[in-house]
Amino acid sequence: MGRQTPLFKLHQELGARMVDFGGWDMPVQYSSQIGEHHAVRRAAGVFDVSHMCVVDLTGARVRAFLEHLIANDVGKLRVRGKALYSCLLDEQGGVLDDLIVYFLSESWFRLVVNAGTRDKDLAWIRRHAAAFGVEVSERADLAMLAVQGPQARAKAAQLLQPAQASAALALGTFVGCELGHWFVARTGYTGEDGFEIMMPARDAEPAWRSLNALGVASCGLGARDTLRLEAGMNLYGHDMDESTHPYESGLAWTVALEPRTRAFIGRAPLEAIVARGSPRKLVGLLLEDRGVLRSHQKVVVPGVGEGEITSGTFAPTLERSIALARVPAATADKVQVDIRGKLLQARVVKPPFVRNGKSLIS
Amino acid sequence: MSNVPADLKYTKSHEWVRTLADGSVEIGITDHAQHALGDLVFVEVPDAGRAVKAGEACAVVESVKAASDVYAPLTGQVTAGNAKLTAEPETINTQPYGEGWLMRLKPAAGALAAAELLSPADYQKLLDAEGG
Repeated sequence: MGRQTPLFKLHQELGARMVDFGGWDMPVQYSSQIGEHHAVRRAAGVFDVSHMCVVDLTGARVRAFLEHLIANDVGKLRVRGKALYSCLLDEQGGVLDDLIVYFLSESWFRLVVNAGTRDKDLAWIRRHAAAFGVEVSERADLAMLAVQGPQARAKAAQLLQPAQASAALALGTFVGCELGHWFVARTGYTGEDGFEIMMPARDAEPAWRSLNALGVASCGLGARDTLRLEAGMNLYGHDMDESTHPYESGLAWTVALEPRTRAFIGRAPLEAIVARGSPRKLVGLLLEDRGVLRSHQKVVVPGVGEGEITSGTFAPTLERSIALARVPAATADKVQVDIRGKLLQARVVKPPFVRNGKSLIS
Repeated sequence: MSNVPADLKYTKSHEWVRTLADGSVEIGITDHAQHALGDLVFVEVPDAGRAVKAGEACAVVESVKAASDVYAPLTGQVTAGNAKLTAEPETINTQPYGEGWLMRLKPAAGALAAAELLSPADYQKLLDAEGG
């Protein structure tokens, strides 16, 4: 049996099908995965993301530490509560994890890292923090709910006192703020508007029940995966890992090579990759034939070479199959995918596939 | 609790078999199987005329989560694949024993008697043993 979030008993009560995810017993679906997907695109859904690891970094030199630790530049974070998406790289430029960092004060930043990489990340972060005198504290006392969808913010705000609700609804995208014992951020992993809310573990169950009562659907990791893939968002361990670098993972936009004086871990190998050009790239695929793209299927690029699907699914919003695939850099707009020995036609498209409920595929 | 109709035969790999009036058989996947797979989004059925052997993978059902093979419960020749499932694969979720049938088969001589099929009671025992 895996680790359990503070909502484990509630998931069981709600009839969720539980699966192992990164060592945690998590709900994959409650009723219908497609139904939960549509609830988020069309109204609002709530996900238990308490398995994700919240890490507080404190100390006078915490900003300097993060300038060294991560590939994106915390110099971009000047407004309190602002969040930044980044890769955590090893010395070879391989991706150890992807994370969100929140700027809370000049002596306090907060990271949210993946559940499956928790032990590795904490060891890595602690190892490098020592030289900066930064204290690393895992916040296992917090639960986290993601409330996502066009109606998500309005529904979630009803859990708050009026003054707090106003503050939450005033948050810009990718900004969070402390509201009492809660930390509310306008972030997510679905391509829809919404909040991710960190709260003391004891608050999670009543909050979830209140959201259900307001018509917010309970949603599992199955819907979370189809939503994030439609939104063109990477999943660590599938679309990138330690054997790949950001430039072949669709994550060039998260690497800040400027200012050139910032000596972050992995910088030198990344500069070398940029100088010679990455031989591979991560692209979006839209299957033009009938079938379903799945991770590890072979991609054939006639006259160019081969690649592999890193994430694939049936996209409920598009009613088509989509994927992310790592292919040779010279790949143009048409590829073939080997599905059970048949070569099916797929079109190369630029993710995201869906944003704010609308298809971006022509 | 899965529905196991009393008038059908079953396989250990969760197919059902219905004997039709003309001696041919209709084949589908069980309520337990559709529930375990989740929302079905793609189905590939064999063309009429294809000869299949008992135990041979002859159809594919894909849910949002995963692809699964469907195995021929007995040897014979396909007389029809259910074309309706191309456009409406979710029919298997809603009517696994009715409109959601996958294929019809004319059994080879002696194939029905030779097939290792389970009675409804034995299939129910299998589900109970699997915790389903």
